[in-house]
Amino acid sequence: MHPNRLLSILTLSAAAIIGLAFTIPFHARAQQSTVPQSVPTSSEQVVHHNVPASTDGGTVIMLCDGKTSIEVKGLKAGEPMSHAQAIAVTHELMDKWRRENPGEKWEMAQENQPESAASAAANAPVSAAHSAKSPPPTRKIQQGDTYASFTDRDYKIWQTETDKFVAEGKTIFHSSKLLGSTIGVSCDMCHPDAANTHPETYPKYQVQLQRVALLRDMIDWCIENPVKGKTLSPDDEKLRALEAYILAQRKGVPLDYGKH
Amino acid sequence: MAARHKSVETKFMEDRSHVLESLKRLDRRSFLKVAGAAAGAVLAKGLMPPHSFQLVEVANAAVTKSFETQGESGNRPFRFAYLSDSHLYERTINQRFIRGAVKAVEDINALDPQPDFVLFGGDLAQLGRRAELEMGRQILAELKAPVKMMVGEHDWFLDLGESWQDLFGPPNYSFDWKGVHFVTLMSVHEKDFWTARHMTPEERMNTVAGLDNPIQSRFEVGTAEREWLKKDLAKVSPSTPLVIFSHSPLYKYYRNWNFWTEDADQVQAILKPYRHVTVIHGHTHQMLFNQIGNISFYGMLSTAWPWPYAPTGLPALTVQMNRADPFDQLDGLGDGNLQVRADGLVDKVYNLWDRNPISVKADYLTSHGKIDRPPAPQFASY
Repeated sequence: MHPNRLLSILTLSAAAIIGLAFTIPFHARAQQSTVPQSVPTSSEQVVHHNVPASTDGGTVIMLCDGKTSIEVKGLKAGEPMSHAQAIAVTHELMDKWRRENPGEKWEMAQENQPESAASAAANAPVSAAHSAKSPPPTRKIQQGDTYASFTDRDYKIWQTETDKFVAEGKTIFHSSKLLGSTIGVSCDMCHPDAANTHPETYPKYQVQLQRVALLRDMIDWCIENPVKGKTLSPDDEKLRALEAYILAQRKGVPLDYGKH
Repeated sequence: MAARHKSVETKFMEDRSHVLESLKRLDRRSFLKVAGAAAGAVLAKGLMPPHSFQLVEVANAAVTKSFETQGESGNRPFRFAYLSDSHLYERTINQRFIRGAVKAVEDINALDPQPDFVLFGGDLAQLGRRAELEMGRQILAELKAPVKMMVGEHDWFLDLGESWQDLFGPPNYSFDWKGVHFVTLMSVHEKDFWTARHMTPEERMNTVAGLDNPIQSRFEVGTAEREWLKKDLAKVSPSTPLVIFSHSPLYKYYRNWNFWTEDADQVQAILKPYRHVTVIHGHTHQMLFNQIGNISFYGMLSTAWPWPYAPTGLPALTVQMNRADPFDQLDGLGDGNLQVRADGLVDKVYNLWDRNPISVKADYLTSHGKIDRPPAPQFASY
């Protein structure tokens, strides 16, 4: 086999396992019959898997094929697993699937599933409030290319992760505590909905900074001065999340660097 | 960024603390020497700023001149001043907003002649706490002219107005002054969003305090108060000029930020029979004016922070103020005063700190922008 081909398959398998790990908390929560508020909109058919009852007092975890399941002993419903345990469980689930489907390839099996099961597989929670609502990519072009063969579920997961990051930024933006303000001031007090932050105008020369500033420089300046907190390093998670939130509020506005 | 590259502010603060540290080490004689030299240097460089009101006096003189004549109803022109939206935290938390409120009080006290009275436009406190309101009352007590109080949502939603009413009396009232009928409304009632969500009073207050928090409901004057307004106006003749104070704009500008009064149309209908009506409102922290039928609207500036213009709904007659300079903490803030003409129309002076004041004439609004257009901004909002 060509090494590139092998690499692609490995990447895909990794994507499948990450997707799986993402699904587990969803099923566990579904058992407690609390449906997250951010489930897909009405246009999408929500498919619930019938997870078998526990026989051993543990928690039954189901693979997103809707058939394969295992029981995690000693894990009560709603109880979180450690990262290591979750990884072990995903491996165990995948191994079981492989034993039950000898010779099958996971990606191919998912592709060939009937429509309802496929949409069930795409059952990742998506925040309606912050979803950028990108149209689903057209899939009728250049089939067979491993790079392009992501599923709708992949796109949903990416969107969810992005929206989560933006939502984190929104929380920080609105919290004088998280911003480390010593005077009770948060970003939203001058910038409701991140108005007047004009991220599309950076980079631009700022006389007061005596250099060309990026958006993050101005965020940091604001944190230090009006907010009276400590500046954040450029790779600080908070600064990255703030930047994400501010940019997300200006979707569709043309870039116009250098504008004053 | 700060580690390698320093902003002007950072360098200034470092220099300042260095000087303060060195001053501690001086004896009395060397201190006097240093102080004298510093004063000399300041004068030599021409750094003494002119008092902010010198410019206003000029603007006022220009405005006042044309209203010396008596109106047809025999009224005399007069002036009142305002300060608004001070959003005070307790002293231990934040002193910047306190300085803003104090600066406005000093501005107004420097007016000569003194205004007939001073309107406080609401949002005295930031989080409705008793201590914030009491401190605000202390600051306003320094005003030489009598004060008319208006309530804002930041004063109200911690204890639903208990402390505010205890300190300042009923939130809606009316009075007559020199032939003009004044009405102060409580326009920031909200529908109960908190009970069903089991919110604590603090959570309710914090929700309302977030301008872009969509959980809260829209401001309204409400049925009971609209009835009160009708009754109050029943004894007022339609030729009497009306000036209405409300914290929220009594029209619909931008819903998401409550730059909005849900029952504005009904309130406007009540005011319709009157020849001259002027609404003075707070909440929007920006230069803002509008004309709807017989009603002229003026928004007030804040002494705490400026709001950007909303993305939609800005009245066509509004001439934007320049964007606030983030590097100047007083920019985009200010106070102002209102000249009530003999005929009952109202001209407004926006006293923007660190900028030239801007006068907006009633004729600009009533002519729907045909005459007396205020100067355009160099930097409108993005």
